[in-house]
Formats: sequence, C-alpha cells, structure tokens
Amino acid sequence: MSDAATTERYEVGKHPELPPPLLASGPIYWVRTNLFSSWYNVFLTLLGAWFVWSIVPPLLEWGIFDAVFEAADRAGCQALGDGACWAFIHERFKIFIYGFYPEPERWRVIVAFVLLFVALGPLLFDKFPYRGKAMLFSLAYPFVAAWLLLGGFGLTPVGTDQFGGTLLNIIVGVTGIVISLPIGILLALGRASDMPVLRMICVSFIEFIRGVPLITLLFVASTMLSYFLPPGTSFDLLLRVLIMVTLFSSGYMAEVIRGGLQAIPRGQYEAADSMGLKYWQSMRLIVLPQALKISIPGIVNTFIGLFKDTTLVIIIGLLDILGMGRASLADAKWAGLSTEVYLSIALFFFLFCFAMSRYSLYLESKLETGHRN
Amino acid sequence: MKRILLGAVAALAMGATAASAGTLDEVKKRGELICIVNSGFVGFASTDKDGKWQGYDVDYCKATAAAVLGDPNKVKYKPATGKTRFTILNSGEGDVLWRNTTWTFVRDVDVKLAFQGVNYYDGQGFMVPKKLGVKSAKELDGASVCIQTGTTTELNLADFFRVNKIKYEPVPTENNEESRTNLLAGRCDVYTTDASGLAATRATFKDPENYVILPEIISKEPLGPVTRHGDDNWSDIIRWTKNALVAAEELGITSDNVDAMAAKPTNNPEINRLLGTEGDLGGMLGLDKKWAANAIKAVGNYGQIFERNIGSKTPIGLERGMNALWTDGGLQYTPPFR
Repeated sequence: MSDAATTERYEVGKHPELPPPLLASGPIYWVRTNLFSSWYNVFLTLLGAWFVWSIVPPLLEWGIFDAVFEAADRAGCQALGDGACWAFIHERFKIFIYGFYPEPERWRVIVAFVLLFVALGPLLFDKFPYRGKAMLFSLAYPFVAAWLLLGGFGLTPVGTDQFGGTLLNIIVGVTGIVISLPIGILLALGRASDMPVLRMICVSFIEFIRGVPLITLLFVASTMLSYFLPPGTSFDLLLRVLIMVTLFSSGYMAEVIRGGLQAIPRGQYEAADSMGLKYWQSMRLIVLPQALKISIPGIVNTFIGLFKDTTLVIIIGLLDILGMGRASLADAKWAGLSTEVYLSIALFFFLFCFAMSRYSLYLESKLETGHRN
Repeated sequence: MKRILLGAVAALAMGATAASAGTLDEVKKRGELICIVNSGFVGFASTDKDGKWQGYDVDYCKATAAAVLGDPNKVKYKPATGKTRFTILNSGEGDVLWRNTTWTFVRDVDVKLAFQGVNYYDGQGFMVPKKLGVKSAKELDGASVCIQTGTTTELNLADFFRVNKIKYEPVPTENNEESRTNLLAGRCDVYTTDASGLAATRATFKDPENYVILPEIISKEPLGPVTRHGDDNWSDIIRWTKNALVAAEELGITSDNVDAMAAKPTNNPEINRLLGTEGDLGGMLGLDKKWAANAIKAVGNYGQIFERNIGSKTPIGLERGMNALWTDGGLQYTPPFR
C-alpha cells in the first residue's frame, strides 16, 4: 500500500483549505441542483431544451441568415432568399416613423424627440444635473414641441393631418400620459372629498368614462362632434383625439390613485390634521406621497395600456404606425409581407412598454422605505 | 335598440346634410378635396415608399380634385374602415367616398347615401389550391371556407350553398390578410371574396400557379363613388367626372394627347364639348371649362387608370372583363356629353 505517500498528517487546526468536491460546486453542481434535481425537473428541462431547439434556430434562419435586406419588391426579395424580407421594412422605415410628415422638415421631428428626453430627464430622475433649472425647460417643452412640429414663427407650417406613424403614437401617448396624471389625481381627490357636489361630479365623470369604450369616444370626437358644432367650424382632429385620450386615461388614473388613497391608514390623515396642516398641505406633504408610491404599478399599467391604445386612432382615419403598416401592405409591389410588418410594429411597442415597466421597477425600489411587512 | 340608434344617427345625418348642402363651395373655399379612401386595399388604395397615396380609387380622388380645383394634388386622403366610411361621409368629415363600396338597395335607400354610378364591376368568386382538384364551386360539398365576417360576401356565400343544396364549414376571419394566411396554412380549403380581391391575393403568393380561381361568380358587387344625400350639384360633379373618364376612353382621349386635343376644337363635337372647346358644360356644373381636360390630364382615361393600377401588366393582373367599354362587350357606358 502506498497510503503513506498520499496521506499527510497535520497539526490540529493547521489543515489547509481544500477545494470542494467537483460534484458539490461549480457549474456541474448548479446544473444538477437546478435542472436535474428530480425526475420532473429532468422532464421539464428536456422539454424546455426541445422548445428552444425547435424555435430558435428556424427563427434565426428565417429572420437573419435567410433574410433579404435589399430588394426592389417582393418578387425580388423572394428570388434572393426564403427568409424574412426586411427590405420592405427598410424601404418603408421612414414613413413608419414620420408618417406623411414632409421630408425636408423631418429634422424637426428628430429635434423634438431628442428634446423630449431632455425634458423628461429631470422629471424622471432626481439625480439629474441642474434639476431645478432643467425643470423650467420641462415646463416649456410642450410649447417648444408644438412649435417644432406644427411650424409657424419662422418654420414652415405642417398640418396635423400629415402626422403619422410612430410620431403619432408618441404624441398621443406622451400627451395622454403626462396630462392624465395630474387630472387623475385631482379626480381621485375629488371623489374622496367631503363636498357632495364636487364628489358627485367626479364620480359621474369617472363612471361615465369607465363605462364607455375608448373607440366610442374617439368616434364621437371624429364624426359626431361636427353635428353639434356650428357648420363651418373646423376643430383639429388630432386635438380632439388628444383631448379624448387624455380624458379617458384620467378616468382610469383616478381609480388607480383612489386605490392608493384608500390604502393610507386613517391615522395618517388624522396625524396631518392634528399637526394643523391645511387640506392641500396635508395632501401634498403626507397623503399623496404615500398614496402615489403605492399606486406606481397601477399607474404605469395604465400608461402602458394607454400607449398601446394609441393604435385605435386608425378607426377615425389617422394612420399611426399600425395604420401606416397596413396601408403599406396594400402596395401591390410588396403585398403579402404581413409577418415582417407586424413583427416590426410589435418590436416598437415592446421597446417602449418594456422601458416604462423597467422605470416603474426602478422607481419602486428607489422609494422603498421598508414599510412593507 | 339598434334600430333606434340607427334612426337617431340617420336623423342626425339628415340634419347635417341639410346644413352642409354646398359641398362644392366648401371644397373651393378650403382649396382641398377631402377624399375618403380605403385604409389599405391592394390595387385600390395604398401608400408608396414616400407615403404618397396610390391606387385605383386614389386616382379617382385625384381626377375629382383636378376637375374641381384644377390640381390633382390638392387632396387630403381620409382612410376609413368598412364600418366607419358612411359615418365619416355623412358627418361631413369627408367630401366624397371613393372606396370600393358596393351599391346596394339598403345603402342607397335606408342609409341615405347617394351612389353615383359604378367605376368597377366586381363579383364574388372562389379560390382553391390546385391540388384539391375542384373545377367548379358546385363540387365544394363539405369544404371549409375562409370568409370575412360582417361583409356582404358572407351572406352571398350562405345563399349560394343553400341554393345548390351543399354543405360548407365557415372559417371566419377578420380581414383579407388573415384569410390569406389561413388558406396558405391549409386551415381552409377555399377562400371567397370579391374576384378582384382574390386575384390581388393570389398575386402575393410564392406559388400562385398552384391556386385556381373557380369560374363561378356568385354575386354582383358594383363598386362606385358615394356622396351625401341632398347635394345634387356636388353629386352631379362626381358622377360626371367618373363619366368623363369613360367617355375619354370611348373617344380616344388619353393623358398624353389631351393637351393637343383641348388646345383647339377638333372635328368631333363630342370631344369638343367634353374638353371645353365648344359650349360650356363645365360652367353648368359650376366648374372651369377645362374640368374634364384637367381630370384626364391628371390620371388618364378609364382604361389608363385600370391598366396602371390593377390591369394585366401589374402584379394584380386583372382582365378588363365586365369593365371593358360597352363597345367591347363590357358594361362601362356613359350617357352622352351633350
């Protein structure tokens, strides 16, 4: 026996640390405990692997390896490869983004879009440099954007009927989101108010909005309104849409925030009263900060829903990105490439909605004060 | 309830039409024609890569604008879905509907629309994969049929199968695109819609030679322009603009030779009257003398519009068929310009 050659003896307490056994650490251990720990986990792992194997390679092949990125029409595309015809999206990319916005003026859309982030920055992040001064710009932004997009005062005027594509989605979505939040807060406070008339007005408004589908409101805005207005009055269609979408989402917002208000214990209100705070002071300093924090997931949920609802404007003859996609699909040169178009549109919405949902998670974790138990 | 609602809408609509009689003045004042088109229908209305509208119906919008305002580009297109088109027209949000709309009794009489003739004669047909081995729609017993819900084609289909005492299994779809996918995936044996739609759909297949359109046409689908009830002058303009384009084909006037023919009177008095070198037909409509010449110059005559957008040289490849001139055995016919 050669045990003496491999066995060493150590003083008590002097044994060096040995690496753990191979099977109890590292990737093999992780795989064993997480993927193959029991017979049903083995089964689920294999099933998952089979799914990935049967979906991902064909998808890559279709979407990338066999795809055609440059072609003049669908026939040309299909002659070059069996995969996706991204050439179509490539050709139509600009009108998907800008709609009918006149080509020489499109830089204004880009400037407005970039400034949107500059304006949103100080509102969304409290570490934004020079936040106080930047807020002033945020307040001025709606007017700057309107000037850039609509023209006038030195810029060529562009009618709102030329807006389209993602431009339209973002205008309707952002306006609805930004304006509906304050209106929603006021409505929620009104609904919880002690003043009966105010409460009744708020309740009827909220219940009316929630009882009617957005499509109906848009339809009323686009066609029925002209029955009530004096003949010859023209009232910009996009403005009507913005008003309707904003009112609609304020109704929902109010209910989400009311949920937050009701979660605040009675004691908080009473504590605020006993400090001698007036109504608005107690709301601003004590109640709303807590209520809004609780409501964040619901608020962002409403925002995301609203953003996706912007595609409904097709009903009243405005072509957002989905409408532009459909109208392009009807081009005889390209017809039949619906998969590519709808996938691209889905990607656009996913990017925006996912960003919103990530921001809400960030905000929740930042405002977490350990009260949850 | 629905009836009451419809009644209310109709009453409102009538109020609005009474108020807005004088579409011509409005259009002239606005300097722009608002034309209601399809929000996307192969060959008839679609956008090109610069976002410009194009298609068969769009060309008629341009012709109308050229006739009324002298400029085919002064058009604002208002895309509408099948459900909203009549409301948009009746509420005055659009001036005229050039949107492959079937002229039916109920729409004309009960929905209070004014149809101004037929610019495309269509009919419902069937498309099947060649490997099904079917030669006639009457052999389709037990077939599953892709059909768009809420259209007249759905009702025509039921009628056809009932009359022929054969059975079918409907596969309801929302739009043309969905039917196309279903047919290609084999989820239905047959796809039925207007014959022009079938041809346009087949043109988008990778292997169009493997699909056949059956000979039966089971319905009449006369498609034409629509205006509001109660504005006869405007209706005349739409109707006669459409007629002028047919007359131009009859008389051999094209977008290429219209300038030369309109420059001085020719020895054909009808051409002269149409192009405004003799008499003042345009003035009677409240338009410029050169109204028809402008329209023809903008988009060409009926045959040119047809061939450019949906004719045999386009990917859609429709034959003139019923839409040939009456002199060639078709149905396109115009009352005389006199």
